[in-house]
Amino acid sequence: MSEIKTSMNLDPYERNWIIISIVLAVIFAIIIAVAGFAYGIQVPSPEQRVDPRTVALEGPWADPGLRELAPGKYDAYILAQTWSFVPREMTVPVGAEVTFYITSKDVQHGLKLQDTNLNVQVVPGQVSKLTITFDEPGDYDYICTEYCGAAHAVMFGTLHVEE
Amino acid sequence: MSTPNYEVSQADKKFIGLHLLFATASLFVGILFGPLQALEHSGLDLYPYIKPIFQSYYQGLTIHGVLNALVWTTFFITGFLTLVVIFGLKRDLRYPKLNRVGFWVMVVGLVTTAVPILLDEATVLYTFYPPLKAHWAFYAGLTLIVVGSWIEGYGFFFTFAAWRKENPGVRSPLMALMAVITMAMWQIATLGIAVEILTMLLPWSLGLIEGTDPQLARTYFWFTGHPLVYFWLLPAYISWYAMLPKQVGGKLFSDALARTAFWLFFLLSTPLGFHHQFVDPGIPAGWKFLHAMLTYSVFIPSMLTAFTVIASLERAAKKTHGGKGLLSWIRVLPWGDPSVSAQLLAGILFFFGGVGGLTNASYNVNLVLHNTAWVPGHFHLTVASAATLSFWGISYWLIPYLTGKELKHKKLASWANWIWFVGMIIFSNAMHVVGLLGAPRRTPLGLAPYIPEEWNGHLLRVGIGGSIMFIGACFYFYVVARTAWAKKYEPANVEIPAAESVHDPQQTPEWLDKWVPWIIATVALIIIAYGPQLVDQIANISLNSPGGKFW
Repeated sequence: MSEIKTSMNLDPYERNWIIISIVLAVIFAIIIAVAGFAYGIQVPSPEQRVDPRTVALEGPWADPGLRELAPGKYDAYILAQTWSFVPREMTVPVGAEVTFYITSKDVQHGLKLQDTNLNVQVVPGQVSKLTITFDEPGDYDYICTEYCGAAHAVMFGTLHVEE
Repeated sequence: MSTPNYEVSQADKKFIGLHLLFATASLFVGILFGPLQALEHSGLDLYPYIKPIFQSYYQGLTIHGVLNALVWTTFFITGFLTLVVIFGLKRDLRYPKLNRVGFWVMVVGLVTTAVPILLDEATVLYTFYPPLKAHWAFYAGLTLIVVGSWIEGYGFFFTFAAWRKENPGVRSPLMALMAVITMAMWQIATLGIAVEILTMLLPWSLGLIEGTDPQLARTYFWFTGHPLVYFWLLPAYISWYAMLPKQVGGKLFSDALARTAFWLFFLLSTPLGFHHQFVDPGIPAGWKFLHAMLTYSVFIPSMLTAFTVIASLERAAKKTHGGKGLLSWIRVLPWGDPSVSAQLLAGILFFFGGVGGLTNASYNVNLVLHNTAWVPGHFHLTVASAATLSFWGISYWLIPYLTGKELKHKKLASWANWIWFVGMIIFSNAMHVVGLLGAPRRTPLGLAPYIPEEWNGHLLRVGIGGSIMFIGACFYFYVVARTAWAKKYEPANVEIPAAESVHDPQQTPEWLDKWVPWIIATVALIIIAYGPQLVDQIANISLNSPGGKFW
């Protein structure tokens, strides 16, 4: 077989396209990094491990709900179970900064607090933690976003933000 | 082309045809449930009427997801790739019996999975997140489907290796190389669910261990879950790169870039699964960010694919059909060929799937859309458009090639493509929009008490789009059934569309035809991206989540 000179045979348009693609990907990455680390729009990280078999019997999820830490600062403990959130309703004042601690005592659930960036997978044995500040008064539904069995569709609660 | 008139043997044609039979039957049953889901969203719940047989929306959704996303795809892909390997190499399978064993293992797996699903004993959806507990046969069956596909893959590997030995110094035929890369990627990627099922779900469902670690299970699952998407897409890409250019009367624009793209998919498909777990509590944010960046890197081979495929089409349109202009050349492509229009429409829909995919991958942006209707809206553009519509297009020449019977009702086949396309635009757009407004996925929204007024118009469009798609699918099934079972034998002279490339593949650099460096790089990248988290999560495993049957 005769020797054939190898080449990528790169068309100039093709080369420019590749460069543009790489530049675009880098720009996307920078935007995400800035939003995440400069503006603090973050995703959950490991908080603590719990035992789903006992989590509803002892510790903070035995008595879930709001705890006021300081004026305008709250912790909210939410227990997800088939097929309800406990508590079903909570009320905070406008401007409240609420840190949510959510876990499940049975199967996986999801919790999405409508019109906010609180949207987490709720996994038995794990605690989903995110902090949200409420600047607008209104009623915010938190709905279950992961299939969790027969009555998944009716599983929700409401957070009231009052003037 | 050395032997242009190579014919696949009758025995292998039958074998490939059997794959298509199981694939299409599964798609048929799976698609029956599509409109039930879509119409439920728009307020017309038909599930009560089928209650004696099917118990719930969720059982229907499980059937829809498992049959369409897992079974139709896997059976079609293994069958199509069998043909691609044989025809690409112009060589019989090295161990034909091995491939037969693989296939029948998949069939046994399919039956084993289907029985508990149909008995409402495995209503856990196609992601089967523990601790929702299915019957053990469901997990065992899925394992057999995967193992069967592995065995068929080994058959390809042996055949490919034999060809390399017989043809030293010759570049591997592009389409065969692509097929083998796809199966090698699948082999690595499915280790995740193999470990998940064999070490956790199967022993738990058999009562050997008391509970599961749901977080670790998710990590295993998504190790496989994202490359699964590439397992669906790469066979469509094989057709777009190595066949479609021929079907439109042209050549592949760049052999070297096609190979580069496939190797990059091989390298990058697996080490990015955490982008499905951005809002999981048990994974550190830093690792999620790394996987977000790795997901962006898949943007590069995707863009390479877009360029090469579109350049091949444009070149054909201008050289063969006298097309002109920046975009008006698109009109002169042979749209009348249903196999071509299916793939062109699949490509158009997939553009939007790609944009949505980038959005999903964007770390914190995902907070807005995780587990919303946006997500099924998105993946109906990938698996149900880019893959499924392309597979329809392939079947329009593949079934005639295998049976020797002319494609029947070509016009109807074109209509099937267009109706599916239009229905998909309506359905998918509505799902994306209502998802952004906050509608959850996998939820019978007609029962949900929290639906605001403003979702209703979009939910109505979900039902309309889904129903239109169903009509397109009915046309498709009619065309392929009439073709396959045509009584009158009209001998068809169908050739496998194999595109030559503009440049002699022998000019392609040798590093694009070498396996060892790519395998080493792929394993190394997976160890970097997954190793520390896997070690940490496995070291801290707590099998304390017993779960159960909650449906």
